[in-house]
Amino acid sequence: MTAPQKLNVVGTSVAKIDSMGMACGLEQYVADYDTTGALIGYVVPSPHAHARIKKIDATRARAIPGVHAVLTWEDVPRIVHTTAGQGFVEPSAYDSFVLDKKVRFVGDRVALVAADTREIAEEAGRALDIEWEVLEPVLDPDKAMEPGAPVIHDEPEAHMPIPVPYDAKKNMAASASMGVGDIDAVLKGSHLARKQVYSTHYAQHCPIEPHVCMGYLDPRDRLTLVSSTQVPFHARRITAQALGIPVKRVRVIKPRVGGGFGTKQEVLLEQMVGALVLATRRKVLMQFTRAEEFLSRTRHPIKVTIEGGFNKDGTITGVRMTALSNTGAYGSHGLTVMCNCGSKVLPLYRMKTVAFDATAVYTNLPVGGAYRGYGATQAAFAMESFLDEVAHEMGIDPVEMRRINHILPGEGSPVFAALGEGKPGVEQKIGSSGLAECLTQGAEAIGWHRRKEPKAPGAKKRGFGMCALMQGSSIPDIDMAAVSMKMNDDGSFNLAAGATDLGTGSDTILAQIAAEVLGIETSDIIVTSSDTDLTPFDVGAYASSTTYLSGEAARRAATTVAEQIKKVASEMLESHPAPETIELRNKAAFGPDGSSVTLGQIALRSLYESKQHQISSVESAISKKSPPPFSAHFVEVEVDTETGYVKLLKYVTMLDCGTAINPKLAEGQVEGAVVNGISFAMTEEYIFDEKGRMRNTGFADYKILSTADMPEMVTRLIPTWEETGPFGAKSVSEIGINGACPAIANAIFDAVGVRIRHAPFTPEKVLAAIQAAKQA
Amino acid sequence: MRFNAKINGLKREIECAPGATLLEVLRLMGYKSVKQGCDREGTCGACTVLLDGTPILSCITPAPRVAGREVTTVEALGDPSRPHPIQAAFVNAGAVQCGYCTPGMLLSTKALLDRNKKPTDEQIATALSGNLCRCTGYVKIVEAVRNAAAALTEEQKP
Repeated sequence: MTAPQKLNVVGTSVAKIDSMGMACGLEQYVADYDTTGALIGYVVPSPHAHARIKKIDATRARAIPGVHAVLTWEDVPRIVHTTAGQGFVEPSAYDSFVLDKKVRFVGDRVALVAADTREIAEEAGRALDIEWEVLEPVLDPDKAMEPGAPVIHDEPEAHMPIPVPYDAKKNMAASASMGVGDIDAVLKGSHLARKQVYSTHYAQHCPIEPHVCMGYLDPRDRLTLVSSTQVPFHARRITAQALGIPVKRVRVIKPRVGGGFGTKQEVLLEQMVGALVLATRRKVLMQFTRAEEFLSRTRHPIKVTIEGGFNKDGTITGVRMTALSNTGAYGSHGLTVMCNCGSKVLPLYRMKTVAFDATAVYTNLPVGGAYRGYGATQAAFAMESFLDEVAHEMGIDPVEMRRINHILPGEGSPVFAALGEGKPGVEQKIGSSGLAECLTQGAEAIGWHRRKEPKAPGAKKRGFGMCALMQGSSIPDIDMAAVSMKMNDDGSFNLAAGATDLGTGSDTILAQIAAEVLGIETSDIIVTSSDTDLTPFDVGAYASSTTYLSGEAARRAATTVAEQIKKVASEMLESHPAPETIELRNKAAFGPDGSSVTLGQIALRSLYESKQHQISSVESAISKKSPPPFSAHFVEVEVDTETGYVKLLKYVTMLDCGTAINPKLAEGQVEGAVVNGISFAMTEEYIFDEKGRMRNTGFADYKILSTADMPEMVTRLIPTWEETGPFGAKSVSEIGINGACPAIANAIFDAVGVRIRHAPFTPEKVLAAIQAAKQA
Repeated sequence: MRFNAKINGLKREIECAPGATLLEVLRLMGYKSVKQGCDREGTCGACTVLLDGTPILSCITPAPRVAGREVTTVEALGDPSRPHPIQAAFVNAGAVQCGYCTPGMLLSTKALLDRNKKPTDEQIATALSGNLCRCTGYVKIVEAVRNAAAALTEEQKP
């Protein structure tokens, strides 16, 4: 759509519609529902990284008073599936069972228990008599595919449901490659060619509410699941699949969700709760402890190698990106996260020749999954560090390095068409980009020119770093969102969306978009999301799709309703103007002569008086494009050369998300993502022992940032207009997390001249690098 | 065991198992604004309540410890028809995203503003440092506390 003259509701920061209820402690999360009489569900965790259950006897466990069910692999149907929570058919390996006779990481599912209390359930877990065959674990992703390595998925059922390379016998969970032009020849013929390796680490999403799901049988014997999920419709489908029951027997209700960031895309609890509900015919509540949450899903650790060629002026001749992703014990999102390393990073820069080769390997470590940024986080660290290294070597200002290479409106990239999610991508040209402005305003806000000032004497050295970023908005030609609307007696509307508000504010922005179309206030729209019985389908909250795609569905649903309203208004207005000449504003329909009827009058006529019908609509949206939001991050740090401690002084984020439907909520998305990114870059890491056990499964030892750790933050939205988006909008939620690793690493280099290519940047690591540099 | 305590201004007789935490007891009594986000180790702050006006972590507080004292949860601050200025400030600043940490944040804020009418940003950061939030990046939370302080000062002017 082209830019309208003036927007009334879109572009304003109306309060998030559920925020007052939350602030008053009234909104309900799963555990706040009526849990009277609920049994507590519990997963008995594996103590071994890799072992076979030769024999399991639950007799003693079942005899414990207060234990209502103990399920082992012998008690549940053996149906292979993936828990990835993606659309059908999933681009993730089918390598999971509700329960299996093999365990593949410490914390893997051994058995399920339903008991009166958690304590009793744990006691039942300890009372299981298990004969283990302990197997050698694979704990090093570099060695996972070596000949003779233990095979993690040796079950015959393991397979990839889509035609992409997969070889469980070699611990290969996925591979992908693409190429345009002869990269070797181009690198060889370039003025300068360089190669570097970068790696990122395990991290967890840490929603303050861990995974939680409550299930029960309704009076018609249907399995109802109240679940803290990002994907209610996928959760319904996958639960039915895993339990071998029809989809129509499952209902998933998504209440308020206490944060997700990707981890709640994974369908982890629903099928287990379902199995226990079916076994006991009782209400079952299952919630992960924080320790269990750390072993639920994680960010795939990825080693990214970049080889790049450059002309004398700094323009890129070609790039080869190679990624080795550790997907852990199961292949959830293994293929797609690593594909996004290429598809969400390489197109940022103009290059005629490009190659991408990626492999995801199984290990006996915690499982990767969807995590905000989704591969772009890992690869942006590599690409943006690499460009910084080359810029320094060539004597080019890092900002200028981006300027001379970054993609511009009207340009495409061979990567868009070549690399999709488990299939070729979709060709697209950039419609909107505010990146040039992001670079200008970001450099100004941080005081980029100051980096040329001489360093102060003493142990503490200041430095500046920056990076440029892109993401996408929905998965083109795959994702679908639908919204339904109906008009009420007083001219208010119900809006039902399968889209999943997990704290992001999507309920609010869908209402804003519909209100804009209908000439009403957001408060005249009552939003319901999401309930698989009551709301239309939506793939859910992932792939930066909700504003762009679900928002477009809301715009279309409101537009259809508006047309119906105008028809009735035409009958009601004395001059009977043609419907298309009628304008909706101020909760009324106005004819060209200025006469009007209110929406309430229109509703009453349509419901009670004449040609009675329900003014209503259901509309769907898919996209042929995934327009990238763009961003530039700038940071000023102070590195203590005696301790290695890196203090962030100021962090600047400039971001183009097209039209910000609700600027305050959009800023909140950016600020939250940026701080999560800083936390990932600086402090968060998994510490394993030699047996593959994570040793720091709590916030005492796994440090996420608090108010006390915050630098000065500057966040600015740079408006552009994306023609394919609802009211010019693109996505905003993921991109912000990708910048901290490269921007901070680049700033550390500027401060003390050492390159940290393996995140996180802990004091120990920085200090070691400084000392190594001194000795060299 | 059995004891009396005041919860949100009401005298209540409480019966619980000797090892029960205040978090469990409050939630069982229906005060569901009090959330659990860590493994009863006092590291996330979602379970923060006020004990005689001082923020405490209810997940590591044995319930009987509140015998004869007064506990305040967010339910007592206000409701959507008459929100407390701190609740209104959080809503208006966009400081509430998933909302799970919000009740604890609000109570830590109330305790701060009860003893310090005009806190500096540093004092705000210190007072809220035990309440983890993964959604907001804290920028709008700190802004909300600033705005709440100003609103409360305005309210108290004659």
